[in-house]
Amino acid sequence: MSSFLEEVNNRIGGVPIQSCYHCRKCTAGCPVAFAMDYNPNTVIKMIQMGMRDKVLGSSTIWLCASCETCVTRCPNEVDIARMMDTLREMAIETGVSVGEKNIVKFHEAFLSNIKMGGRINEPTMLVHYKLKSGDLFSDMGLGLSMFMKGKIKPISPRTKDMESVRKIFKSTGK
Amino acid sequence: MKAVSRALGIELQEVDDWSCCGASSAHMTNFKLSVALPARNIIAAQKDNNRDMMVPCAACFNRFKSAQYHLEGDDALKAEVEGIIGAKYDASVSVRNPIDIIYNYVGLEELGKTVTRKLDGLKPVSYYGCLLLRPPEVCQFDDYENPYMMDGIMSVLGANARNWSCKTDCCGGSLTLTNTQIVVHLVDKLMMMATEAGANCIVTACPICFANLDTRASEKGRLPAFYFTELIALALGLKGTEEWFKMHNVDPRPLLASLGLL
Repeated sequence: MSSFLEEVNNRIGGVPIQSCYHCRKCTAGCPVAFAMDYNPNTVIKMIQMGMRDKVLGSSTIWLCASCETCVTRCPNEVDIARMMDTLREMAIETGVSVGEKNIVKFHEAFLSNIKMGGRINEPTMLVHYKLKSGDLFSDMGLGLSMFMKGKIKPISPRTKDMESVRKIFKSTGK
Repeated sequence: MKAVSRALGIELQEVDDWSCCGASSAHMTNFKLSVALPARNIIAAQKDNNRDMMVPCAACFNRFKSAQYHLEGDDALKAEVEGIIGAKYDASVSVRNPIDIIYNYVGLEELGKTVTRKLDGLKPVSYYGCLLLRPPEVCQFDDYENPYMMDGIMSVLGANARNWSCKTDCCGGSLTLTNTQIVVHLVDKLMMMATEAGANCIVTACPICFANLDTRASEKGRLPAFYFTELIALALGLKGTEEWFKMHNVDPRPLLASLGLL
């Protein structure tokens, strides 16, 4: 049985995250750190301390916007953005109660839309997300205005060879 | 993009039966999926011996470059993805974003020759956001902390590009629907910094940044945003630009009219 730290490192497959010496450059440059429950460098320390449930159940791993500022500036080349992706995958796999449920629902709606038509159809994707999240009315006015201006189109072209798209989902699904 | 490409002699061919790259939703939840979805399109582009693939969306550009980076650095992953798609990945396609093509292939001198209406009085700040530049070893484009290519393009168009320190800051793109308040906070900061730099608009090369800047600023201050080819089209005197501007949420026409550019 490998430790939480070993598991995360194996999945990232790059520089071991314990190379971090907590200069906090990642946290200082992180655009969404102000909204996170744990700072990016704190997450590294928590993984080292084996705090699996707290890390996988945190808001931080979902609020990370994948802007890649942290990994670009890290003096030890720790791939923090990839670490966040890995932690998100692990959170879904282990079925913990995730810290940001709507973000997960958005990703599910987005990917299932691709699985259906090969390309995103904005109205059906948005309706799907709204129904899943229960957040029905925010952005109603904006959506309507974009629709009226022709920015959001009800019908959009789909991928013809859907067999190949479905195969990608099937073969990479866990 | 199509109109400007035509005017600049860039011949475009749509990738045959393309599919979505999976965007943030794929790479945040399933690494292998996030490589295989773009790979399907890159492999489709190989068929016609295309050498350059123009990717006008920064998020797509990032996913395509990232897929190439992983396919070319991991033989086992490459073999697996080739098996899923049923075709070989041959690394022959160069994924490029339109700033790169216009700056390096067309060139500023040639671009300058096609300008018929200098954008006098327009004071944009160039905004790249995250995904065109980071991580630098994947994107291999421009200067990743202080990029300059878009400023160069704006200057040739006759606009007065303002200096500012937020060119590569994040607008919170992937959180725009789920955590809107965070995005409003980030966009407001960008608007404030742009105003402080003396700008009267923001120009970007990322459609997601554009959408965020155009829809998520609070009433504290809203500058019009442009996708950069809109301004090239305006300076080249191409037809139909006013129709595009009508579709913006923050209407740029009053600004452009006040400068005599419409």
